[in-house]
Amino acid sequence: MANERYDAVVVGAGMSGLAAGIRLAQYDKRVVVLDRHALWGGLNSFYKRGGRRYDTGLHALTNWAPPGEKSTPLPKLLRQLRIPREELDLAEQGFSEVRVGGARLTFGNGSASIEEAVARAFPSEIDGFKRLVQAVKEHDPFGARPDGGAARARLAQWIHDPLLVECLLVPVAFYGSAREDEVEWDLFVVLFRSMFLEGLARPVGGIKTLLDALRRRLVECGGELRMRAGVARILLNERQAASGVLLDGGEVLECERVLSSAGRVETLRLCGLDSPAEHLGRLSFCETTSILARPTAALGHGATMVFFALDERFAYRRPNGLVDATSGVVCASDNYQRHEYGDAGVYRVTCLANHDLWSGLHDEEYAAAKLRCADEMLAAAGKVALDPRPHTTAFDMFTPKTIRRYTGPHGGAVYGSPAQARDGHVGVERLHLVGTDQGTLGLVGSLLSGVAAANRHVLMAPTT
Amino acid sequence: MNREEIILAIKDIIQTIAPDEDLSELKTDVRLRDQIELDSMDFLDIVMELRKRYGVQVPEEDYKELATLDGCVAYLAPHMQGKTLKVGV
Ligand SMILES: Cc1cc2nc3c(=O)[nH]c(=O)nc-3n(C[C@H](O)[C@H](O)[C@H](O)COP(=O)(O)OP(=O)(O)OC[C@H]3O[C@@H](n4cnc5c(N)ncnc54)[C@H](O)[C@@H]3O)c2cc1C
Repeated sequence: MANERYDAVVVGAGMSGLAAGIRLAQYDKRVVVLDRHALWGGLNSFYKRGGRRYDTGLHALTNWAPPGEKSTPLPKLLRQLRIPREELDLAEQGFSEVRVGGARLTFGNGSASIEEAVARAFPSEIDGFKRLVQAVKEHDPFGARPDGGAARARLAQWIHDPLLVECLLVPVAFYGSAREDEVEWDLFVVLFRSMFLEGLARPVGGIKTLLDALRRRLVECGGELRMRAGVARILLNERQAASGVLLDGGEVLECERVLSSAGRVETLRLCGLDSPAEHLGRLSFCETTSILARPTAALGHGATMVFFALDERFAYRRPNGLVDATSGVVCASDNYQRHEYGDAGVYRVTCLANHDLWSGLHDEEYAAAKLRCADEMLAAAGKVALDPRPHTTAFDMFTPKTIRRYTGPHGGAVYGSPAQARDGHVGVERLHLVGTDQGTLGLVGSLLSGVAAANRHVLMAPTT
Repeated sequence: MNREEIILAIKDIIQTIAPDEDLSELKTDVRLRDQIELDSMDFLDIVMELRKRYGVQVPEEDYKELATLDGCVAYLAPHMQGKTLKVGV
């Protein structure tokens, strides 16, 4: 029997894989998007427990754009995917905060708002900050020659107070730096624009709203989505070019190209190739979700997001213990301007965690460690936001072990490999990386990377 | 396809890609991207739609020929001969 033959096989039905699949199907390419799991979405998915739907990995959709705006990344992305903006039903944040040491920046969406926040909290720094904003607006982070270097050193050009530098680095590091202790300047520019100059929003209905839209569009264009279809191997032909995939169940799909969102190290492993140990990502997270008896704002906490570091200089690195509760992100999903939660509060805390330590625990140890770490994280959140424990009606928590179980790759490393392959090449012909390890991060970044890879490597490729 | 039909064909493609743009006032001798919000990704989509709808292949080095509606007519006329206009697809 002849094997199925595709123009492109996409490994992984996360954001990047779905976006790549849509672009290809839209132009009549025969494409299938495969995922080992039963639910699509990858790191951004949802699950049900006790009759309640929990989102994984959605605090905020970055790159908020007001209706009518056409030239920023989010509207451009939606245009490429032909998903009407209304379908996402985006609700803006109320306001958010950065809390580092004793400092506090309170901001909403748009550049005027973050400038006001800096003027209030660091009046002597506002002129330098405005010059920084200008530099961020003018810099082309996707320029041909990556203009790397550490953001911390760059920021010192404009900003003298190290505490303000830290305030700007904390949210950006948490929203997508795969490197320990360091945020690259290019990455800083992308994330600073998407979080502060544009802003934060959330689809009403949560991640499911976005996932439904992506799936609808993929199927409408004639793309296939196959769940519980794990890729066991990426097959190479005699010229060492990718020529198909072998599924866990033994089925072979032949194709012209493979786009993989499984991460750099994992993708090479699927080809039977090794990677140097330093290419494995080291950063992972624990996240708690507390369902509260009353709206979070009614309990006295009004901010949508709080990016915090209890100390004045924070350590963005794999912790030596199971979690590092001295810094993190707090998200009150019911503090968006509209939401589906009625009179309940939905309150999440995310902190850095050590994947290897978590995965080394036995079952009983694991359960006890979760409780202990949750207590540490929620107590820390209480110092900068709200301690949700007295108000909690339902609770869940995920760890690096959960992330690994449900998305497989990356060694539990949410932001993937520190050695990012920007152009998507990993040294195997007809194989291209999309998503996390291309250096584009977060939901919008991953979606854009899927679009860009489909355009560049398949649609614009010379026909063979 | 004659000149009017080619212009209609291109406008219909742009409307598919950018449903929120008003195309009624488009001038034929002014660069499209100076009149409406179109970036290089959108030009790729125009080219992909031309291939999908009319089987016309535009190589990357020729994208610049499509900068204005007049440019589109001049460049596409030979390729669109004998093809039927497809709108609203
Ligand atoms: C706790 C947490 C909170 C986050 N919060 C936000 C947020 O608020 N805002 C934001 O913008 N971003 C957030 N992110 C980041 C965002 O989720 C990711 O950047 C993005 O989802 C990455 O998408 P991706 O397509 O690159 O990869 P993934 O989502 O990892 O998708 C890869 C897919 O490939 C599949 N796969 C892997 N190997 C195989 C194989 N061999 N065969 C078949 N399938 C395979 C996996 O199952 C997975 O579905 C968060 C992440 C986490 C973990």
